[in-house]
Amino acid sequence: MTRTSAIFRRELSGYFTTPLAYVFIVIFLVLAGVLAFFVGNFFDRGQADLQSFFVFHPWLYLVLIPALSMRLWAEERKSGTIELFLTLPIRLSEAVIGKFLAAWCFAGIALLLTFPFWITVNVLGDPDNGMILAGYLASWLMAGAVLAIGAAVSAGTKNQVIAFVVTAALVFVLAVAGTPTVLGLLQGWAPSSVIRAVAGASLFGHFTAITRGVVDLRDLVYFLSIMVAFLAANAIIIDLKKAD
Amino acid sequence: MLEIRNLVKKFGPLTAVDDVSFSVPEGEVLGFLGPNGAGKSTTMKMITGFLAPTSGTAVICGHDIEAEPLAAKRRIGYLPEGAPAYPDMTAAEFLDFIAHIRGFHGIEARRRIAYIAELIHVGDVLHQPIETLSKGYRRRVGVAQALLHDPAVLILDEPTDGLDPNQKYEMRGIIRDLSPHKAIVISTHLLEEVEAVCSRAIIIAHGRVLADGTPAELAARSRYHNAVRLDLASDEAAGIAAELQKLPGVASVEAAADSGQATLWVFPQGGQPISDAIVRLARTQGWPVTGLYVERGHLDDVFRTITAPDATGNALRDAA
Repeated sequence: MTRTSAIFRRELSGYFTTPLAYVFIVIFLVLAGVLAFFVGNFFDRGQADLQSFFVFHPWLYLVLIPALSMRLWAEERKSGTIELFLTLPIRLSEAVIGKFLAAWCFAGIALLLTFPFWITVNVLGDPDNGMILAGYLASWLMAGAVLAIGAAVSAGTKNQVIAFVVTAALVFVLAVAGTPTVLGLLQGWAPSSVIRAVAGASLFGHFTAITRGVVDLRDLVYFLSIMVAFLAANAIIIDLKKAD
Repeated sequence: MLEIRNLVKKFGPLTAVDDVSFSVPEGEVLGFLGPNGAGKSTTMKMITGFLAPTSGTAVICGHDIEAEPLAAKRRIGYLPEGAPAYPDMTAAEFLDFIAHIRGFHGIEARRRIAYIAELIHVGDVLHQPIETLSKGYRRRVGVAQALLHDPAVLILDEPTDGLDPNQKYEMRGIIRDLSPHKAIVISTHLLEEVEAVCSRAIIIAHGRVLADGTPAELAARSRYHNAVRLDLASDEAAGIAAELQKLPGVASVEAAADSGQATLWVFPQGGQPISDAIVRLARTQGWPVTGLYVERGHLDDVFRTITAPDATGNALRDAA
């Protein structure tokens, strides 16, 4: 536990010693604002909620989170510090979890910094704050799932650009899995169990379910199992492929 | 303290390390010598638990690196090749991170960092980001990191690479000072380093141990062992060489002319001392000798003979 927290603290403070943290947060806040106001018609909808804000988060994460996760392991490989890191008396699980939690916590900080939106809707109207809380939870879970996928991809390469592109592609596939277009393509030839499985695997589907204000156990389990599965994959990839 | 048992590492069809065994007791500094790509770093990566061996294992103070990796890793201090460290951190933050991972907190962590910073002379750069440090300081931070927990076994992959002569001298002094209570393995391709710090040397090439002994023992395998170098003032070298050739115990005489004076190399038969006979002969003959040196043997000559991928190398290995 103390070792995981040592890794966690090193990683988290690592974000803030480089411009990465500030660039990421600024771009995240600006894009979230621009999308909510101009594309989502935050004001014109005339409703005191944050739906038009949360609805774009999956797309934002599709682009921004891989930028955060790409360095997790690829940078250690590139600079050779992975050899130092993994010959310290730590378990591989502690290394994987410490790194992931730091990145997830950082994403949480960026998300919390969107609090002016929450203040704005509370000043302008009388929103359902429970629903907004659920929206934040959904957004944070979504970020965690994308980060876990990105961490596993980053574990397999020393090239951060490759890590970024592959993660974004994987997340895109998981994202569009539940859309009518994809399901329509499967309709007619694939067995209904496959269609149900593809629809159920959709990141956006589970995200939207929670943002509606209903925190269903199945959606929580979905996000947590994505994280656990990809973190396990992360550990296996590191273990199999340490040298190069 | 450190025992290596039949380590083998294969990367696909390539055998990088081929059945390497040795043990290092407390108080010994083992020099791990070999040309680039000989398998030195790969062996060290297996000893420290970074790479899993294809077969064989390393035992650190009774703890098998494969079976009990955490217990074994706690007893190892390791400087990986190139002394990697997190470039964005300051040296102090980096050492603090290592201290926490190693289970030292608060005052104990600060005490250890202060002690090591003093020992390795990194005190004045502690608050600089590692990426701004010179190569020498970066390597010292790497060594400081390896020593923080006062490990019983110290594995240093090229600890003096990239250091200037003063820093090299200093680093060798530090290694010597540490040696009485530790088992130390250093890899290097600098032969003078082996003579300066190592109590034992292993020469490895193509993943195999080709020679194992004290630096003096290895040097004795050189053709220059007990050879005599004779500097002559005049150009009577040819006649003198012929005389020397007749001397009992002399295997061969070779001439090497440089800068106006003649130099003769006299090689003995079977490495036996011949200087005495040469001195007596020179005196009775009245040769204009300006210098006479007895060689203990050239480690680089031994190294080349052993590691060169030709028949002589194999012959020597079989003889060993």
